Amino acid sequence: MTIWERLNQQLEEKEALLDGAMIASQEREPDRESAESPADEQERLEKEERRRSLQEKVVTRGTPRVRRSGRRLYNVASVVLCVLMIGMFLYMVSEMPRVGDPEAPTSNEVPRRYIEQGLEETGAVNIVTGMILDYRAFDTLGESTVLFAAVMVVLLLLRLDPESEKFSSLARDLRTNPGSDTFYEPKDDHILQYTARFLCPVIWLLGIYVVLNGHLSPGGGFSGGTLIGAGLVLHVSAFGFSRTRKFFTYRTYQGIVVGALLTYALSKCYSFYTGANGMESIIPLGTPGAILSSGLILLLNICVGMIVACTVYVLYAIFRKGEV
Amino acid sequence: MLEKLLANYEETAAIILFSIGFTTLLLNRNLIKKIIGMDMMDSAIFLFLASQGFIEGKEPPILAEGITGAGAYVNPIPAGLVLTGIVVSVSVSAVMMALAMRLYHRYRTLDVDELIAIAGKEEV
Repeated sequence: MTIWERLNQQLEEKEALLDGAMIASQEREPDRESAESPADEQERLEKEERRRSLQEKVVTRGTPRVRRSGRRLYNVASVVLCVLMIGMFLYMVSEMPRVGDPEAPTSNEVPRRYIEQGLEETGAVNIVTGMILDYRAFDTLGESTVLFAAVMVVLLLLRLDPESEKFSSLARDLRTNPGSDTFYEPKDDHILQYTARFLCPVIWLLGIYVVLNGHLSPGGGFSGGTLIGAGLVLHVSAFGFSRTRKFFTYRTYQGIVVGALLTYALSKCYSFYTGANGMESIIPLGTPGAILSSGLILLLNICVGMIVACTVYVLYAIFRKGEV
Repeated sequence: MLEKLLANYEETAAIILFSIGFTTLLLNRNLIKKIIGMDMMDSAIFLFLASQGFIEGKEPPILAEGITGAGAYVNPIPAGLVLTGIVVSVSVSAVMMALAMRLYHRYRTLDVDELIAIAGKEEV
């Protein structure tokens, strides 16, 4: 019981601090009204006037008193909700089968079917890739579209026109204002540049390897694409936007991502069409384990890798500079 | 109950992480901290899902030569679900942070209550 009392007290103190002088003065006012003297009359009227104008201003949020009690109710209710939720979930976990139990209900006929028939039906040695890019390829197209939509929303919210006055003033502010992070960034950092000169090709090569071997070994379009994107971010941190813009601009992003999404959608359209009509697909599955095998999966992995790499880099560039 | 919780320590950790994230989301007034709480909840879900796919003493679901049959490999489905989850979580975080940046540029604060108060006055 004492914990709850202390918690309530703490919440009250916090609220009193956060609500600011406006609400605090209003709270105290009724006490002072009883000890009224003629000299205070003028002051009281002024306060009344100010309070009325303030109340008019915050009319959309209701009166401050309602807000205050509402917030305390919110805080107490959210603590109660969290405690209840933790208890409920922990009870649920204690009733669940042991982790790693082969008899657990999650290892039912669905994963068994994927593992037994996966290689034969998709041609991919990596069952997870076979699953997400063949059985559930439509879902992965949706994921890629979600990434595209996220970049579009961020561009819509944060992109600045490089020609505009606001952009140049912001750029000047970032360079000259000691309060901004960019002010302390080292320019032409030689250690970073030498490291990047060695590391960037290695990272890109590893990323391409992971993308191309997605159907044979752990990895695939998402992890390899993230690696390539990280290499691009390292490149831009070391050499600056002027060097990176020589080979990657907004138009490059548009071309790569729209092209990759269209390729993905069209190639999957073909396999849906043949599959739904019971026709034989002309795309051979190849010998399992070879790099050119498993039908469309290699192509789809490359598409996904390009989308993810561009997304990682473009998100970084927009958040850092407001422009690709 | 405690023994079972300790035996399933991956899931218990996931639940605790989820609860910390949820509490942060509800009780913090700072928008950036709310976003961090949301990301913690995402990570907890991924940990929970990944622990569901694990089967003791079995190989990862990449077919090796000579080993066939479902009995030899762990469950591949949670891995695919976690992949979907990570992509959506990254996208949602990016959008949330972009919105928070725009709010900060306009109102010069990230405190939710101050934001509501200022925006409320602005409308009148």
